[in-house]
Amino acid sequence: MKSTLKLALGLASAIFASTAVSNVAHAEDLTLCWAAWDPANALVELSKDFTKETGIGMKFEFVPWTNYADRFLNELNSHGKLCDLIIGDSQWIGGAAENGHYVKLNDFFDKEKISMDDFVPATVVGYSEWPKNTPNYWALPAMGDVVGWTYRKDWFSRPELQKEFKEKYGWDLAPPTTFDQLKQIAEFFQKRQIDGKTVYGASIYTERGSEGITMGAMDVLYSYGFQYENPKKPYEMEGFVNSEKSVKGLEFYKALYDCCTPPGASNSYMGEGVDAFKSGQVAMHMNFAFTWPGLQKDENVGGDKIGYFVNPKGPDGDQFAQLGGQGISVVSYSDKQESALKYIKWFANKDVQAKWWSLGGYSCLNSVVKDPKFPSSQPYAQAFLDSMAIVKDFWAEPSYAPLLQASQKRFHDYVVAGQGSAKDALDGLVKDWTQVFQDDGKM
Amino acid sequence: MLDRTADNVARATPEPLAKKIRGISDKGLAWLFISPTILLLLAINIFPLFWAIYLSFTNFRANRPNEVVKNLGLANYRRILGDQDIWIAMQTTAHFVFWTILLQTVIGFTLAWLIDRKFRGHAFWTTIILVPMMLSPAVVGNFWRFLYEPQIGLFSYVVSFVTGIPPTNVQMLSNVELAPWAIIIVDTWMWTPYVMLICLAGLRSIPEYIYEAAEVDRASNWRQFWSITLPMALPFIMLAVLFRGIENFKMFDMVNLLTGGGPGSTTEVASITLKRQAFESWRTGYSSAFAIILFVAVFGLANIYVKALNKVKQR
Repeated sequence: MKSTLKLALGLASAIFASTAVSNVAHAEDLTLCWAAWDPANALVELSKDFTKETGIGMKFEFVPWTNYADRFLNELNSHGKLCDLIIGDSQWIGGAAENGHYVKLNDFFDKEKISMDDFVPATVVGYSEWPKNTPNYWALPAMGDVVGWTYRKDWFSRPELQKEFKEKYGWDLAPPTTFDQLKQIAEFFQKRQIDGKTVYGASIYTERGSEGITMGAMDVLYSYGFQYENPKKPYEMEGFVNSEKSVKGLEFYKALYDCCTPPGASNSYMGEGVDAFKSGQVAMHMNFAFTWPGLQKDENVGGDKIGYFVNPKGPDGDQFAQLGGQGISVVSYSDKQESALKYIKWFANKDVQAKWWSLGGYSCLNSVVKDPKFPSSQPYAQAFLDSMAIVKDFWAEPSYAPLLQASQKRFHDYVVAGQGSAKDALDGLVKDWTQVFQDDGKM
Repeated sequence: MLDRTADNVARATPEPLAKKIRGISDKGLAWLFISPTILLLLAINIFPLFWAIYLSFTNFRANRPNEVVKNLGLANYRRILGDQDIWIAMQTTAHFVFWTILLQTVIGFTLAWLIDRKFRGHAFWTTIILVPMMLSPAVVGNFWRFLYEPQIGLFSYVVSFVTGIPPTNVQMLSNVELAPWAIIIVDTWMWTPYVMLICLAGLRSIPEYIYEAAEVDRASNWRQFWSITLPMALPFIMLAVLFRGIENFKMFDMVNLLTGGGPGSTTEVASITLKRQAFESWRTGYSSAFAIILFVAVFGLANIYVKALNKVKQR
């Protein structure tokens, strides 16, 4: 009887102890919040090294892009403790900094000798700084991204198509360097029969619900001469947002949508674009660079069949591209800020960044992207580098959300629904944005 | 004389607690029992309503908790009522509510009338007709989006087969003219069975002897329909219209899944605008005012309608 009692007590103690130990271990786990996409899977792989080195476990909360902003902005606004680390969108930085959602990292960077000079300058401004162009850092550049283009190299290289194209347009069928050329190529491929299948010119961003059409239209407008505000007088938008050049740019985007996109592509963003390209529907495809590693590996359209090019130039030779990507921040409501900072320190390490690139993430560290071997490390590396050198970003103001909603509505109303003119759309946008800044007391 | 309820409860209760219960009146005991429910309702229904009314007079934004909240008086209401986009959204909503109710009522009542004939296999067909209603709106929205696909969608091919128009030109969700109808078709497909069920209940509630009396009076089928069937089923039809009207006034899921309010703002119903203002633009005060306006509109219309329904029932 005694021995049975001892055995039972021993078992109970063992079970209790094991549960307690496991709870202690889990108490130190960090939760990292990000979007559910290919780079997130690469980060899961990469983070295993962090756990090995530090013993700190990593949990991940990934949300599809369509709900990413809603979900995590709600979490931050409600001061939730779900995320210890967050890879937040570049436009959130103003709001997150001013509303105290992110921990300011300046002191930590100084202490750990992490220098922002070691990162690609555009990513530091885009992902880390608020106010912009001031040394106030709220994130470490984590995932460089930019809008660029992929094209069907195998179709472009077909002699019969090259011949026909040259006869029709007078120049060789090759990746376009100007938007006019891009449209000519798109028109050339639109509704063409290739291998017994009808194909279309280009897949571009037209999504209404989140940020799609703004990202796509801005990607073109920048190179046409669009400016958000008077460089000498902040928030003065009249004549800059709705300049003649901007109007021409928006008219071009609508013309491209009308002439050369697949049928029904009226609500297309990153996923739909990838689907259109992967299914062999389109000759060219506008998308963020994060999609490129996946497309490169695709059996049907990847490998030798795919090529990459930088956003083309506008009519005056200006060339810009829409910045994507994100920085990694420590959430100020987290109880595990010390461990979260350890992760940031580890992530900033040169070797970790090199591995990040090799796994499919886009490093923003100079030592990785300026390595002489970098341009040849992947077929898309050069296009990525060139694109990152010409980036511009949307407003990163605390009121970025209403600013974005206004542009989504104005652009979609004009480009997709064909309501009003480009001038009306941009005049309306100036009116909407002025109202937002007036509400914020900035005008 | 029956024992007091409190005594009955006290008998089934442990002694120390029973002493306390014996001292409570029946009314007091009733309040004691219903108070948890009332408290819960106050917490999750009434308090948020009053809180929303309060917020509607302020510039509060949920994403800026540290900002000073200013009282704006009626400014939010004035801005909403003077906003052309809001009125366009209300018109879109009204268009959507009108056509869906009309189609669902006509088709639903016709189906109920046919099912009520009790032909062979009517039970089987009733079950088949009810299937769309049992599906999740998320599932329905997604599979109709595929059906409407111009390149692979079955709907486009059927239209193409019937009309001769190439399927890629049948762009139900991209075309400004067709997109509102695409949503109306799906909503009608999904919710007509619901209207049919209510109408069927109405038709089955008509006593058989009334028809027998009409037969004796040699009333024609047409006359029986107009003088017996329709008037007696009318309260049920009106009830179905009320339910569907309220539901469709706040329609969100189907529009969001099918078009997201596009192309442009063509299908942007009031609930989509409200969601964008509240949870994308984070204008909490402004969107609270809009929600209150919508609430008053639905509540007012529903009240008028219920009074009309009661009059019909009393006839």
